Amino acid sequence: MSESVALKATPLNSLHRRLGARMVDFGGWDMPVQYSQVMDEHHTVRQRVGLFDVSHMGEIEIRGPQALALVEHVSTNRAASLEAGQAHYSGLLYEHGGFVDDILVHKVADDHFFLCVNASNQDKDYEHIAAANRFDCTVENAGPRYAQIAVQGPAALATLQKLTAVDLASIRYYWFRDGEVNGVPARIARTGYTGEDGFEVYVAPEAAEPLWLALTAAGGEFGIKPCGLGARNTLRLEAKMALYGHEIDATLTPLEADLAWIVKFGKGDFIGRAALEAQREKGIRRKLAAFEMVGRGIGRDGYEIQIDGRNAGWVTSGGPAPSLGKNIGLCCLPVDKTGIGQTIHVMVRNQPVEARVVAAPFYKRAK
Amino acid sequence: MSTYPENFRYTKEHEWVSVGGETSRIGITDHAQKELGDIVYVDLPKVGAALSPGAAFGSVESVKAVSDIYAPVSGEVLAVNEALAATPETLNSDAHGDGWLVEVRLANAGELGGLMTAAQYEAYLGGAAH
Repeated sequence: MSESVALKATPLNSLHRRLGARMVDFGGWDMPVQYSQVMDEHHTVRQRVGLFDVSHMGEIEIRGPQALALVEHVSTNRAASLEAGQAHYSGLLYEHGGFVDDILVHKVADDHFFLCVNASNQDKDYEHIAAANRFDCTVENAGPRYAQIAVQGPAALATLQKLTAVDLASIRYYWFRDGEVNGVPARIARTGYTGEDGFEVYVAPEAAEPLWLALTAAGGEFGIKPCGLGARNTLRLEAKMALYGHEIDATLTPLEADLAWIVKFGKGDFIGRAALEAQREKGIRRKLAAFEMVGRGIGRDGYEIQIDGRNAGWVTSGGPAPSLGKNIGLCCLPVDKTGIGQTIHVMVRNQPVEARVVAAPFYKRAK
Repeated sequence: MSTYPENFRYTKEHEWVSVGGETSRIGITDHAQKELGDIVYVDLPKVGAALSPGAAFGSVESVKAVSDIYAPVSGEVLAVNEALAATPETLNSDAHGDGWLVEVRLANAGELGGLMTAAQYEAYLGGAAH
C-alpha cells in the first residue's frame, strides 16, 4: 500500500477479517465488499436475510428547544410533519441548490433530532449544520458513539425479534423505537438501503460485535449471511436509491435528481430554497432517469451516453441487476429525453450499445 | 494434485494458453476467476482478429468491475467461445476447460518460452502480494 492516510475502521473490522471478507477502501473506510460472492449475498437479502455493517455511516444529533427550527432550516423535507419515533429521507443543500448530502432525519423528541448521514460526508455535514446553527442548538458529530448494523430481508423481523422485547411488527416503515436489543440500549429503525423489509439498529460501538454474533445465531434457521458493500450497491440500485457522489452531489439539485418529493416548498425558508425556486421557475434542463440495456454490454458508472450520435449525459450508477437478470442503470439526461421508451446509447469502450429509458424502481418487493 | 494444467503456459496477468496442439486456446486462470467473483459478461474479439502479446483483446466483467484480458502470445483468432455470451458464469465454474475464451493459431511459438509453467505460476501466486 502507498503512504496513504490510515483507513478508518468500524468496531466490526477484525470480525470481518476473521470471517474472510474481502476488504476495500470505501471513502476512507476499510470496509467489507463481499464475504462470499456478491450475487449470493444479493439473493440472500431478497429471499432470506442479510447482515450489513454500516457503522461507517455518520450520526449527527441536534438538541435544544429550537431543534426543529434548525432541522427545517438545513433540510428540504418537512421535519415539522414528523412525529416522535418517525423518520424521513431528506436533503442537506448548499445555497446554490446542490447537495451537501442526503440524510435520514429521525425525530426522537420535540427537542431532539437524530440524523443518519453518509460516512464520507459526516464531517462536512456537521460543519455545514453547525455553521447554520443560529438557533442555539447543541449539534453533535456523534458518529464515534454509534455502531450501526442493518438486518435486511424477508426474515429480518423474525431474526431481530429473537433479540428484543420490542414488538417489531408494530414499528411501521420509516418509524423507529428505542429499546433493548441483545441486552443493550439500541435504536431500532425500520429503514434500509436494499428495497427489502428490514431494520437498521444503532448501538454503542462496544455492543456491535456481540450483537452481530447474536444476529448471526438468531438468523441461522433463516439462512442469514453477512453481506458486503457489493451487494448493498446492487440492491440499492435495483430499488433506485441514490448514492452520494453518483446520483447526487454538489452539482445536482433534488429537482434534477428526481427527488422533488423530498423538497417541501410549502414550508418556511431553508438553505437552497431560493435556488430551487428559480430552477423550478425556469424549468430543469437535465434529470435523472433509469435505463436498461437492450444491446449486449453493461453500462457502468461514468460511461458516456449518446443520443443520435451526440453526447447527451452520463451513467451515474450501472451494472447487473441480479434479481432481474438484466443490466440496468441510472443516468443523467436532458429532461426532454427522459420519457419512458426513449432510446439511448451507452458508450461501452467507445462502442455505442443500445439501451432504453424505463420506469423505476426496477425492483419493488411484494407487500 | 495440481489445479493448474501442465500443458498450459501462464502470464503474470493470469491468462493461460494451451500448448502442444495444432492450435492453442487462451483463457483466464482459476485464480483470476476467483479474484473477479461472479462473472456476468464476456467481451471477445471476432474470428480473424490478430492478437499481439501484452495487448488487451477482450474483457470480462464481474458484478463490480471490468477487467481487460491481455494476449499472452501473438496469433490469429480461429474461434471464439460463443457459449460464454449466454453463460458467462462458466468462467467461474470451469476457467481452464469450458470457460476457454479464444482459439488461436500461434504466430511465433517461441513466445511461449517467455511464459510461466504451471509450477512457476503456482510459485508466482504463492509469492504474489494481494
